[in-house]
Amino acid sequence: MDKRKIFISPVTRIEGHANITIEMDDHGHVSDALFHVNEFRGFEKFCEGRMYTEMPTITPRICGICPTSHTLASVKACEMIQGIQPTYTANLLRRLMHIGQNLSSHALSFFHLSSPDFLLGYDSDPAKRNILGIAEKYPDIALKGIRLRKFGQELSERITGKKIHIMGIVPGGMAYPLTEDNRNALLVWIPEAIETVQAGIGIIKKFHEENAEMVASFATSPTLYLGTVGPNGEHELYDGKLRFIDADGTILQDQLLPQQYLEFIAERSVNWSYLKYPYYKPFGFDKGFYRVGPLARLNVASRMRTALAQREFELFKQMNNGKPVHGAFYFHYTRLIEALSDVEDAERILNDPQVTSTHIQHHGRWNYEEGIGSSEAPRGTLFHHYKTDETGKLKMVNLLIATGQNNPSMNRSVLEVAKQYVKGDDIKEGMLNRVESTIRCYDPCLSCSTHAIGQMPMVIEVKDKRGVLLKRLERG
Amino acid sequence: MVKYKKMSKKKLATVWLGGCSGCHMSLLDIDERILDVAKLADIVKSPIVDGKEMPEVDIALVEGSITSDEHFREILHIRKKAKTLIAFGDCAVMTNVTGMRNYFPLKEVFDAAYVNAVSNDTEGQVPGHPSLLKLNDKVVPLQEVVNVDFVIPGCPPSADTIFYVLFEFLNDRLPDLGKAKKLKYG
Ligand code: SF4
Repeated sequence: MDKRKIFISPVTRIEGHANITIEMDDHGHVSDALFHVNEFRGFEKFCEGRMYTEMPTITPRICGICPTSHTLASVKACEMIQGIQPTYTANLLRRLMHIGQNLSSHALSFFHLSSPDFLLGYDSDPAKRNILGIAEKYPDIALKGIRLRKFGQELSERITGKKIHIMGIVPGGMAYPLTEDNRNALLVWIPEAIETVQAGIGIIKKFHEENAEMVASFATSPTLYLGTVGPNGEHELYDGKLRFIDADGTILQDQLLPQQYLEFIAERSVNWSYLKYPYYKPFGFDKGFYRVGPLARLNVASRMRTALAQREFELFKQMNNGKPVHGAFYFHYTRLIEALSDVEDAERILNDPQVTSTHIQHHGRWNYEEGIGSSEAPRGTLFHHYKTDETGKLKMVNLLIATGQNNPSMNRSVLEVAKQYVKGDDIKEGMLNRVESTIRCYDPCLSCSTHAIGQMPMVIEVKDKRGVLLKRLERG
Repeated sequence: MVKYKKMSKKKLATVWLGGCSGCHMSLLDIDERILDVAKLADIVKSPIVDGKEMPEVDIALVEGSITSDEHFREILHIRKKAKTLIAFGDCAVMTNVTGMRNYFPLKEVFDAAYVNAVSNDTEGQVPGHPSLLKLNDKVVPLQEVVNVDFVIPGCPPSADTIFYVLFEFLNDRLPDLGKAKKLKYG
């Protein structure tokens, strides 16, 4: 049998942290796709033996894009070990930083990494298909995107003095307060940030209209969804409980405590990837694929917490008559709706009279052996689970990472798009970009597992079964 | 706004090895100043742009440690292609958090994630597909494999420090880290 393989990998296969093998059958049709995630750093092991209180500063180093989400899941696990709660003001400050990170990550995903596809085109010159290409052709949009990301980062910097791997989040609360000057300096940004997000929504809606067929048919396999919600099912990022829904929108589990995660989630290691395959335990490995992240959070939520985002959310819900929207392409739209809610929520928090209070930390000590915390990273729910001995030294660390949970579906989406766009020997550069942009829809924070944040440079090789090269295509 | 001397544009690469991407994110934190960089240099290879095989470049910023066979090959390749190779951030300079696994045998590190994790089911396999990179037993910093021309410490280095160093190199000056703002390890 002449089984052909297409191998997509970053040039020279060395920057590569993720690559794709597409297997073809005898008739030149795609038969399988394997999404290889190519990085492993071993936090589960090397944290053993350290004090649990070190975790909120070690674990953000899992990922430079969502460090604050890791810190928050980690600090919540620590607070469970101590049996204490943060102060009211500390919660406000944590929320602000978390919103900031979500916003800058979404801005990066949309403006820096994805907008070139929308504004310049999938088939445009790869050398220009990036944020600097946007800066040449649409300087205004590039600048807006850069500044939106900057605002998100400032929300952390103005509180803790650092934008990435912030240090001030500690068990029981915060190490730094927000000053009045910094509060005012942040409030100034709000109108501009709202305008930028709305401009982004305009761009994506226009793209939806002009490419209706492609958007509607882009990797649409239904899955289950998991996300954090508030007590009334409202959209939540920092501190809520978990909700699972099925592909029709029926609620499978609601108001689960993150501490129950092992009852509902299992994962399987696979031979072809360093990223494990989690699934919804009651449905088993084959039927239990679920997704997390902005699309999932909006699919599970009953409503948004802020006015403008709520209006947009209602439009989103109409798209499939109130049922979950499955197309991977809608990750972009939902990411922007979330960004809108982030900015509105930031304004609400900054206007809370308590936000500048200096009552920011409760003090605790080691009390319990086990702690589990969760938070919503830009790319989805993540869990930190620690067990300690009676001196507080870690005996066990388990981390369930957002991108990991989208892994099974990413793999399946890649297969779907490959089937649609790759036919026999007919492989065009723009087509490869489409396969890859499927991955980009998920905005995989492959750093949490591996990287490839941007548009991976690619070589595609079509090989026959014996490994003889039939065709080679290089991007660029 | 900065003034520009007339000179030919430089070529800049930013590469991401065994790190967390935080150094690259800090690079993006130079915000609007990225447009100043773009006036002096073409970013020919970076996770944020589409790119071909790495061409000859004037400057390569390399984030992360050497953790695998592929990183090892890549850093040799970068050394050949780059006139100035900069170890970018603590992981590149001295392995930092990425190197914390060096205290344990690789098999134990693997097993903690792929065999013993409490959330794992019983049917998993340890990753080993030929398309995956092979992890080295020990993580090493860049200068253990190649000569490094300059280091920028920090986890991540502050955006101001990054911009200062880049801007000096792009203007053919040797940066003086004593003048960099917010300079520190960690
Ligand atoms: S030095 Fe710090 S920020 Fe940079 S890659 Fe390493 S852990 Fe991430």
